[in-house]
Amino acid sequence: MGQTLFDKIWDAHVVSSKEGFPDILYIDTHFIHEVTSPQAFDGLRQRGLPVFRPKQTVATADHNVPTWDQHLPIKEELSRYQVDMLTKNCAEFGIELYGLGHQYQGIVHVIGPELGITRPGCTYVCGDSHTSTHGAFGAIAFGIGTSQVEQVLATQCLLQQRPKRMKIEVNGALQKGVGAKDIILYIISKISAAGGTGYFVEYAGDTIRSLSMEGRMTICNMSIEMGARGGLIAPDETTIEYVKGRKFAPQGEDWDKAVDYWKTLYSDEDAQFDSELYFDAADIEPMITYGTNPGMGIGITQHVPETASFEAKEQGSYTKALNYMGLHEDQSLLGKPIDYVFIGSCTNSRIEDLRLVADFIKGKHKADNVTVWVVPGSKQVQQQAIAEGLDKIFEAAGFPLREPGCSACLGMNEDKIPAGKYCISTSNRNFEGRQGPDSRTFLASPLTAAAAAITGKVTDIRELLQEEELVG
Amino acid sequence: MATKIFKHLQSSIVPLPIENIDTDQIIPARFLKATTRDGFGNNLFRDWRFDKEGNPKKDFVLNHPTYSGKILVAGKNFGCGSSREHAAWAIADYGFDVVVSSFFADIFKGNALNNGLLPIQVSDDFLKKLFDAVYADAHAQVEVDLDNQFIKIVSTGEQETFEINPYKKACLINGYDDIDYILSNKQQVEEFEKR
Ligand code: SF4
Repeated sequence: MGQTLFDKIWDAHVVSSKEGFPDILYIDTHFIHEVTSPQAFDGLRQRGLPVFRPKQTVATADHNVPTWDQHLPIKEELSRYQVDMLTKNCAEFGIELYGLGHQYQGIVHVIGPELGITRPGCTYVCGDSHTSTHGAFGAIAFGIGTSQVEQVLATQCLLQQRPKRMKIEVNGALQKGVGAKDIILYIISKISAAGGTGYFVEYAGDTIRSLSMEGRMTICNMSIEMGARGGLIAPDETTIEYVKGRKFAPQGEDWDKAVDYWKTLYSDEDAQFDSELYFDAADIEPMITYGTNPGMGIGITQHVPETASFEAKEQGSYTKALNYMGLHEDQSLLGKPIDYVFIGSCTNSRIEDLRLVADFIKGKHKADNVTVWVVPGSKQVQQQAIAEGLDKIFEAAGFPLREPGCSACLGMNEDKIPAGKYCISTSNRNFEGRQGPDSRTFLASPLTAAAAAITGKVTDIRELLQEEELVG
Repeated sequence: MATKIFKHLQSSIVPLPIENIDTDQIIPARFLKATTRDGFGNNLFRDWRFDKEGNPKKDFVLNHPTYSGKILVAGKNFGCGSSREHAAWAIADYGFDVVVSSFFADIFKGNALNNGLLPIQVSDDFLKKLFDAVYADAHAQVEVDLDNQFIKIVSTGEQETFEINPYKKACLINGYDDIDYILSNKQQVEEFEKR
């Protein structure tokens, strides 16, 4: 019987497999950041252990950093302390740090791929659930807790039980104005925020194949939002082209050998999945969430569901979510005024996202009632955007390009959405208080967010694009 | 470094019948700035438990004088969202030894087990029985036996068995931890690297 892509990579990384025990899985690269690592380093000190393979560990500071005036010391004392701790720990244990001010600094899931550290066929972990992003390259990548960060620092291995395998296929052509973010929000809205729990997902089908690496990363990034451990996409020419020539990509003969191996990485025709789901791309509208978990999403022209459409025991949680959001059942979100627009996060802060937004807002100006934050995912993305003149386009539209970091994706740094305010956000989580205490989040694609920045309200991007076509 | 040992417990329970409780609710991001594992219990369920001025919200169960105990019982899909282990630390630091739900998010379950906090997955039916029991009598006792893998409502005798990975069970009962186990296989790890 054939093997799935997931099993091929997993099997190639099993150090030991014993009946009744989880597998010992070898980790090729371990990413760390300032929030989930300090207690792990403390643990190593208490045990008197070194970092087992410091050269296979890469660190950056992203969650706590300000995205404005990064050259100044971090104002918030505890944030500064955590970032300083990371610097100190990396120096003590011999780990490469792309810290604040470094030319490679950025959100951990943006810098791995852009530096060519993320490659097909490898295993990656990080104390961050969106590590699933790296799966876009045909790799096994998933988030871990701090005890496991300590485990990987100490051993370069992780005890893990093999998850079940799910295949999600999307086929067909996408409508204009619909992109990778809409695909994944659509899938999660169909299978719920827990629909993938216990599984590792392989995304396949011609729609997925047609996506750029950036789009594939957006899809894999949000695997965790359906409860899955991670998601991956078989590598192909798009993948190889993307990795080629990047800073840490293999060179010369090593490159040829690597590519030969990568070409063996796909699920065999007769591979068995524990679950298979199929979606039609033509059914996908621009998506928006209305509730407080990423599964609570609808097509932009649809109405917020009626309470009666939920099972009795779920209705309490549903009403609680709508109250929090200040919405009511059967409401249309189109035309709803917005206070903030956040374009950024490890889901949508890559150069392609910024290009798409810049292309749409060029020559337009933001609405008066909205504050717009555009936050590049990394120093390199920022530099590239400036080199292409995108910063000028944003500036002319009434908002500056900020500096790299997690920013308003989570209410941990200075960029917080105020209580009660509505934010259209390209990030990945709309939990209560995620963007700041009592903030209200509508998750959407970069284009839908850009449309709201211009009109000041929830807008169907397809209509704007159509108007432009007519005028153009 | 030994983890906490867990074998058996009898306690009253604290009900939290909300579904999809994510780790941002268990411990909001702005409280993740500590660099040690202790003290997170003070901010457990922070924004549900305290108002903006830091005064306890009377209607939240942890502030309710009637409910107490070492077992937290919550709605389906508990611990979804962010992988922050701080969520498990906060629950354990507050004083819970067991969390019961009809479904757990994967990463949370692993994090809990790594910190001597036992996640018990029960059927929807049994979860409802637990809620019924505690709402009928706030002091209703629940027994958890890890060795024999069952959870029981003492007054009615109703019980259900639960699943746990045998390796993780041995870790909890004996206080081992994963690092000790992998390091005992270090030679194999080094051989693997040479392949
Ligand atoms: S951008 Fe958001 S989701 Fe991504 S790593 Fe940062 S905080 Fe986590």
